[in-house]
Amino acid sequence: MSDAEDRSDKRVFGKAIKRNEDIPLLTGSATYTDDVMLREMVHLAIRRSDHAHATIVDIDTSEAEAMDGVIAVYTGEDVVESGVPNTIPTAWMLPGLVTPQYRMLAVDKVRHEGDGIAAVVAETPEKARDALDAIEVTYEKLEHVTDPVDAVESDVPPVHDEAADNVAFDFELGEKDVVDEAFEAADHVVSVDLRQPRIIPNAMEPRAAVADWDRGTEELRIWMTSQNPHLHRMLLSAGTLGVPENKIQVIAPEVGGGFGSKIYHYPDEAVTAWCSMQLGRPVKWKASRMEAYVTDCHGRDHTTTAEIAVNDDGTVQGVRVETYAGLGAQLSQFATATPSYLYSTILSGEYAIPAIYCRVIGAFTNTTPVDAYRGAGRAEGIYVIERLMDVAARELDMDPAEFRRRNLIPADQFPYQTAAAVIYDSGEYERAMDTALEHIGYDDLRERQKALREEGRYLGIGVGNFVESAGLSPSGLAGDLGAQAGGWESSIVRFDSTGTVTVLVGTADQGQGHRTTFAQIAAEELGVDIDAVNVVEGDTDQIPQGMGTYGSRSASVGGGAIARGARDVREKAREIAAHQLEASVEDIGFDDGEFHVVGAPDRSMHIQAVAAQAYLGHNLPEEMDPGLESTNFYDPENFTFPFGTHVAVVEIDPETGAIDLERYVAVDDCGEIINPLIVEGQVHGGIAQGIGAALYEGAVYDDDGHLTTRRMDEYAVPHATYLPDFETENTVTPSPHNPIGVKGVGESATIAAAPTIVSAVVDALEPFGVTHLDMPITPERVWRAMGGGD
Amino acid sequence: MYANDFEYYRATSVAEAVELLVSNEGAEPMAGSHGLLPRMRTGEEAPPVLVDINGIDGLRSIEETEAGLSIGALTTHAEIARSELVQTHAPALAVAAQAVGDIQVRNGGSIGGNLAHGDPRADLPAAVLALGGSVSVTGPDGSSSIDATELFHGDFKTEVGDHEIVTAVEIPVAANTASTYVKYRNPLSGYPLIGVGTWVQTDDGGETIEAARVAATGNLVRSMRLEEVENALIGSAVDKSTIDAAVAEAAVDEELYRQDPQASAAYCNHLLAVRTAEALDTVLAIETN
Ligand SMILES: Cc1cc2nc3c(=O)[nH]c(=O)nc-3n(C[C@H](O)[C@H](O)[C@H](O)COP(=O)(O)OP(=O)(O)OC[C@H]3O[C@@H](n4cnc5c(N)ncnc54)[C@H](O)[C@@H]3O)c2cc1C
Repeated sequence: MSDAEDRSDKRVFGKAIKRNEDIPLLTGSATYTDDVMLREMVHLAIRRSDHAHATIVDIDTSEAEAMDGVIAVYTGEDVVESGVPNTIPTAWMLPGLVTPQYRMLAVDKVRHEGDGIAAVVAETPEKARDALDAIEVTYEKLEHVTDPVDAVESDVPPVHDEAADNVAFDFELGEKDVVDEAFEAADHVVSVDLRQPRIIPNAMEPRAAVADWDRGTEELRIWMTSQNPHLHRMLLSAGTLGVPENKIQVIAPEVGGGFGSKIYHYPDEAVTAWCSMQLGRPVKWKASRMEAYVTDCHGRDHTTTAEIAVNDDGTVQGVRVETYAGLGAQLSQFATATPSYLYSTILSGEYAIPAIYCRVIGAFTNTTPVDAYRGAGRAEGIYVIERLMDVAARELDMDPAEFRRRNLIPADQFPYQTAAAVIYDSGEYERAMDTALEHIGYDDLRERQKALREEGRYLGIGVGNFVESAGLSPSGLAGDLGAQAGGWESSIVRFDSTGTVTVLVGTADQGQGHRTTFAQIAAEELGVDIDAVNVVEGDTDQIPQGMGTYGSRSASVGGGAIARGARDVREKAREIAAHQLEASVEDIGFDDGEFHVVGAPDRSMHIQAVAAQAYLGHNLPEEMDPGLESTNFYDPENFTFPFGTHVAVVEIDPETGAIDLERYVAVDDCGEIINPLIVEGQVHGGIAQGIGAALYEGAVYDDDGHLTTRRMDEYAVPHATYLPDFETENTVTPSPHNPIGVKGVGESATIAAAPTIVSAVVDALEPFGVTHLDMPITPERVWRAMGGGD
Repeated sequence: MYANDFEYYRATSVAEAVELLVSNEGAEPMAGSHGLLPRMRTGEEAPPVLVDINGIDGLRSIEETEAGLSIGALTTHAEIARSELVQTHAPALAVAAQAVGDIQVRNGGSIGGNLAHGDPRADLPAAVLALGGSVSVTGPDGSSSIDATELFHGDFKTEVGDHEIVTAVEIPVAANTASTYVKYRNPLSGYPLIGVGTWVQTDDGGETIEAARVAATGNLVRSMRLEEVENALIGSAVDKSTIDAAVAEAAVDEELYRQDPQASAAYCNHLLAVRTAEALDTVLAIETN
């Protein structure tokens, strides 16, 4: 089917149409934050700590201030003296949480390499950067800690005085006694120690901001790389700057990737705005790539002991998990939610597990703050349960796929209350698993594996089942659990008087293709051409409210708000059509944009003609106001739970330990599919990131607390050439409670891929008695696991 | 990051380039800029003056000379990789050039720059060392030649003087020889974690190894010859046991490796042996010419 045919079809929901955003992005006409140029604009650079932990004895800025082109140099004390609230708040409270003040610039101590110390504003970015080196900082070095277990268990000076043992929170889910009993009663208990390394997000576009403070009106306009402009508006207002929320406009123009890292309110953007407020001039700040490595929130950083209780019949009886989660030096907004609720509540995976207990100790360390990264919490949790399923299958001498199948939650059990507090909405787990195993030819592969082993070749087959809790989140539930914000999304769906449609929505695209998928939803509901719909995101002055894009929420929650808004608009239009066609509303049918009197098809009116009438207002039903638009707040009744099965085939080079990824099959069920092309794109990118974590990535700190993986040639984001062709399929199990049946797909494949790859490599190494290897599974790790270096 | 400010000159002759280097304190020549600019942008280097040598005629060619091949310093990796002359007479260099970076890098980077840069990770040094090559340089005192074995000091330092321009790379060609290069990519950077260049010369019957050179590059402090491996080869029969004996010598002191976040010195030494074996298998199995 050609694109032309596709686009004129009114039934666009579910069609693989090409993305609306690609022409501006590919031709370079799109505007990113760094493209914003304002009159009189000056440039900010931030002096950062070279040390992991040190007392600031003195900051001498005099030389920098005297440099050519330097306009001002500010320190943390200057920010304090300005009287702004100066607090980056946490967005999720937990019982007993310690919340030290997280300031815009450090005042007393630096707590991680990259901590901001001073701000230089100069005429050019180069001059600002040059002046950084002229700032003399006298430090008194302190002992530091970068590992979350060491932070809590060994005797090190605290990162914050408020948390003497470096424990920010100690979180529990489930009843320990009950779970302990299940373990006592089970035939086998198997355990595994896991380390999930820190991941550096590496969005293509580094963070940036352009702030413009108007001294006359006392209004702040700020362009920034944001996944959630409204959240940033709120935090800039209530947290850091104290400017009334209605006097701040946050604009997120094109944003080049985020993967979570652009959700948060960082010090840097607040400092940019604050500098503009001091100077009354527009200020631009843009992170360098190396700055991004030490300041963008990292992901993961878990050290876990996990146990699984199983019976001889291959049924899982319980799961018990203890995790030390590194939070970094400060509490970023969702740093507390990610390793607690988002992690522990997914530990049931796709399986019927009667007893689950999880304890998480959140630890401050002298490192870059850690927060949600694609898959946040769910990725870590699914990794734990999938590793447990593998080690348990090995213990029982069962095929790992068969063992998993035996424990799947049956399709007739939904909605399913897990032992980890959440209710899964819908699922046909076995269907997706069968599809994946058939696609890859699982049984034949096992035969081939056996034959190759005879020849001294090591093939590995990894199976990964996953569930994701997506669509963050029902506000009431989130509030009960400690969220400091709601989980709804809002939209305005508006017919313009000439019949075009404008959709304003509070989500914020960073590459996902919202302008296409959201237009498909509205076009379908309203029966208009997709090209008649324009989707607007990323501007708090145009879009009244919103929560943003993260946690695989945009299609389900944002899309839900758009569908509901469009339906309201359609029903108002139906009333106008009924009035003008002189029929009763019940007798008005609607097909492909055309309202018609049932039984009299020639008496009809197109919805776009109705829109014109709505704005003319000459002939409307009595008491009806003119106009044709709807504002909708959609608060979902539950999370959605996408799921699926991924399978990977690897072969290990016994000489070097190199891993050849031969095949990768992904079967995803994300509910109804709005655009298969975009779903496939999300799956491809997600798999790549999961493979990255499994085989290549992982931040490393040296003994001095310096990040040694701080550049593109020291930290491996997987290259396209490292990846095989992905073979993708979908099953469709609609979410019963979502207005359009979608579940979301943004994080699924990242969640699935890491455990699938690890499972495959460990499977290949079975003849060597290997039951687990930590990520990243480098060739050296494999080589050593096979006895190399002994 | 932004590079520091610098002045830029474009030389049109070697003499002018030398003159510019002499008269500008701290000046550096610039060829393909694929080695220099990344380091300027990270702040590792900050030359106040760049002398662009790309406008100099006559530095971009591959010619047969009496002694072998003469390759102009500005010849790109891509040109070397697809040169039939290089493929025939110096296969190690063609393979190494093809293994460099990606297509943009191969189209931009030059052999002179690659060798003069002194990046211990670079591919070409192992091939040039194995082939017994040398570089011709011209400075204020005239022209001279630097043997590859003298060239690499490690840590981006080379024997090429501050005021000298590499004009060509000379590769000797002889009968009954074979050579190749084997690269094991570091997934972090794409540069070799270990790269091994080998060259052997046999007697007319192809039964005895008369001369051999083996060189390594990658995660080492500098690109270097592996003399123990060479000694195990020279004078030995072309057979499996010779390869085994040579491979047993393919290890260097662990201090000669740099830190890598994902590969220990012990593992690098293991890779060195595996790649040496692979390279020797190739050169000793193929017809010598
Ligand atoms: C993304 C990327 C990947 C890469 N991957 C690889 C790889 O896998 N393997 C590999 O070997 N290399 C790799 N490189 C480096 C590439 O091969 C460089 O081009 C090469 O090392 C330097 O050559 P150049 O011509 O670019 O020199 P330049 O960058 O211009 O110069 C490098 C240095 O040599 C000096 N210099 C240059 N020419 C001369 C001359 N004629 N006389 C005297 N001094 C001179 C300069 O002053 C400078 O100090 C990569 C580079 C990039 C950007």
